[in-house]
Amino acid sequence: MSHTDQPCCTDNWPQIKAKSEAALPRAIVEYIEQCRAKEHAESQLISVLHKLQGTVGYIGKEQIDAVAQLLGVPAAKVSGVATFYHFFSLEERGKFLISVCLGTACYVKGAQQVLEKFKEELGIESGETTKDGMFSLQVSRCLGTCGLAPVVMINEEVHAKVAPDNVAALLKMCQDKA
Amino acid sequence: MTGTVENTYAALKEKARQQYNLRHEATKTRIQIGSATCENAAGSEKVLEEFRKHIVASGKEDVVLHRTGCTGRCSREPIVTVIAPGKIPVKYERVDSGRVHEIFTSHIMGGKAKAELMLDSTEQPAQYELFFCNSARCINPAKVDLVGLFYDKLEQNNISAENARISKTSCMGLCEAGREGEAINVLIRPGKVIYNVKKATDIDEIIAAHIIGGKTVERLIVGGNPLGARFFELYGDSAFFNRQSRLALRNSGLIDPENIYEYVMVDGFEALAKVLAKSDRGWVIDEVTKSTLRGRGGGGYPTGTKWSMAAKENNETKYIICNADEGDPGAFMDRSMLEGDPLSIIEGMMIGAYAMGASNGFFYVRAEYPLAIKRIETALKLCREHGLLGKNILGSGWDFEIEVRLGAGAFVCGEETALIHSIEGERGQPRVRPPYPTTSGLWGKPTVINNVETFANVPLILLYGAQWFKQIGSARAGGTKVFSLTGKVHHTGLVEVPMGSTLREVVFDIGGGVPGGKALKAIQTGGPAGGTIPASLIDTAVDYESLTALGSIMGSGGMIVMDETDCMVDIAKFFITFSQDESCGKCTPCREGTKRMLEILDRITAGKGEKEDLDKLERLANLLRKSSLCGLGRAAPNPVLSTMKYFRKEYDAHVIDKVCPSGKCKALVKFEISEEKCVGCTACARHCPVACISGTPKHLHVIDQTRCIRCGKCFEVCRFNAVLKNGKAKA
Ligand code: FES
Repeated sequence: MSHTDQPCCTDNWPQIKAKSEAALPRAIVEYIEQCRAKEHAESQLISVLHKLQGTVGYIGKEQIDAVAQLLGVPAAKVSGVATFYHFFSLEERGKFLISVCLGTACYVKGAQQVLEKFKEELGIESGETTKDGMFSLQVSRCLGTCGLAPVVMINEEVHAKVAPDNVAALLKMCQDKA
Repeated sequence: MTGTVENTYAALKEKARQQYNLRHEATKTRIQIGSATCENAAGSEKVLEEFRKHIVASGKEDVVLHRTGCTGRCSREPIVTVIAPGKIPVKYERVDSGRVHEIFTSHIMGGKAKAELMLDSTEQPAQYELFFCNSARCINPAKVDLVGLFYDKLEQNNISAENARISKTSCMGLCEAGREGEAINVLIRPGKVIYNVKKATDIDEIIAAHIIGGKTVERLIVGGNPLGARFFELYGDSAFFNRQSRLALRNSGLIDPENIYEYVMVDGFEALAKVLAKSDRGWVIDEVTKSTLRGRGGGGYPTGTKWSMAAKENNETKYIICNADEGDPGAFMDRSMLEGDPLSIIEGMMIGAYAMGASNGFFYVRAEYPLAIKRIETALKLCREHGLLGKNILGSGWDFEIEVRLGAGAFVCGEETALIHSIEGERGQPRVRPPYPTTSGLWGKPTVINNVETFANVPLILLYGAQWFKQIGSARAGGTKVFSLTGKVHHTGLVEVPMGSTLREVVFDIGGGVPGGKALKAIQTGGPAGGTIPASLIDTAVDYESLTALGSIMGSGGMIVMDETDCMVDIAKFFITFSQDESCGKCTPCREGTKRMLEILDRITAGKGEKEDLDKLERLANLLRKSSLCGLGRAAPNPVLSTMKYFRKEYDAHVIDKVCPSGKCKALVKFEISEEKCVGCTACARHCPVACISGTPKHLHVIDQTRCIRCGKCFEVCRFNAVLKNGKAKA
């Protein structure tokens, strides 16, 4: 299928366009426009989703439709891509995203126990968010700092050599920041 | 045209030289701080800030801060190097704010190195240090022992270890010079002087003139710009480093990755200039083929062959892709290279593009590596600003552009056809090959995909020659391999050794062996697609074929060391969990097979395994191997098959005796209290979270096995080693 045709051929396009633009931050709408001007525009779908998640924090259903309309790609494909890649989150996440690395190096150094401790302290399973919207817990596969295993990433910050005993202190640190 | 390229490059080099001179005048002390994801996690940014404050407060104008990539010495980070003019560089480990103050006061202000904080050493640096090339290629047993003679003569001249210290290093990349007659090579620092020593009188002359007199002996100096010199000048004194041969990592930890002039100063883009000036694609492909460079991403496909296939395609549009989607858990070689020396990779990629005739290139980088992405983008921008990307590169008339595309956390995207789909904006699912990407790849055009490390090696081949590169490696593969050494090993970090080095050299000689007095059990290579090699095969030489013969693979270079406390069934389960999670779901054997294998392994580790389970597991594994669509599925059973092959007893113990010998699988451990050893201190009972330990003070305590949750708390807290785990007391 060719996506080069502007989707404006339908008579309700102005309404759809307006609705889609309203669902997305201004910067994303502009970014999609830039992408459309490039060769192989549809190949930019993953970068659009990255930008979207980077700004909004997650990729919601409404946004999936909006991206589909504006980029001229079927919504099924956008949702297919968004669900295929682990990096994309379809739900809103907590203020602090805790990723416990369960890559091989971290695993053999006891990362599983660290994860268990986080679950216990937060009262949630991995993939969940605490009720107060503070913390989300997830498992990641190698953050590339294996030499410092076990490793935990909280938002953008990597914490090295984390032991179950450090978990409470890490959570406290976040709470203080909030 | 030829002259233009050479002149343009010469002008660039001149500019770099000027910039370089401006920054580190020969009179300034340079404080060098590693800056990469791992270094930052260890706190290097704070250390940098602290040094900055100290410099300002001291009012010293002859001290400069210098940021570099990482050297791969993870367990000791942050690492700081102090390079004072005319002095031997000093490296400090695990530097934090407090240590910054100590180092600054003692070393920078007082001129005396802080020996207690130094990396791998606690001695004040000597006045001179001599490094002898100890590579097998340089040492000829029949030769006169020139190194021994050097020692003797130093002694005869009453030169003590404080004045001159001797170490041995791995190959400095000077093999040609070393081979002539009886010669050996010695690097003397400070000053990065390399001598080619042929006879006893040469030694006399070096000692008299250089060590005593402080003047170099021009006659014996090795010319050219030997690759090893730069690295060993800084790192030659540490056992961890001096047994390595840094080719792909030649600049990591030496130069500032965000400064193009520093890269040019270490001969950056010289290979590209040479290629463009020569303007002979066939020659490039020939050289790379002759060098026996093979794909470092895991497959080991000859790079030259891949390029020549794409070069033969008659198509106006061709693409080249750098696979930087390092997905193997436990591997970080690519990240480190992208962060520490992005320009080498870009240069290698450009040479490849030129050889195959590509007009556009793509970096496919893992989204989980934000710093690597930033460094690559900065490097590309710098290239554009300096006429190294875009139109008419270096005045040669050749046009080329590179774009960065992000992965999004799908392991399967390491597979070439899946990676191509991902760049096209699709789900990253593989397709059947042929057609191979070299014929029909990205958007149906001929496409070459090479890994980060492969590209990083390319400029060297064209600069130092195919022959040079070839002889560094083993008979079947030229050059080196970078490994990320992690797990139960003293020195975790990045290790680059010639192909054909043994596992023992990597794990023991460089890695320092297993900590805590524990015994080595196994080494896992190749990640989820690889296998587990038992300790008994530690003398295996590492190359593509030997590892495959053992049921593992080279893979991208993850090497995870495991000790006696690691359970091999659990490790197999770990990898199958990973593969099951990452299976893209397109083909049935992989999608369903990994799931069923995981179920079986779950049963076994939960103590519910039957004897038939082992046969079923093996059958399934072989089925997956034969019938999966892509490499991920075909290799997924390797961790299971290799552990079953070498650690069958452990599987039997889980299934038949219902015990986990290493005590990892909770359901298969039993805690008991030894009658002889228990003194009735009550510690275990007090700590038991489910209160299943009974007993009164000063009397034997007993664990109620029906209520025990096997958390191991009692085992941990007992100070009399009276709690037994599977019948064994704490060591
Ligand atoms: S395995 Fe945890 S960072 Fe690599």
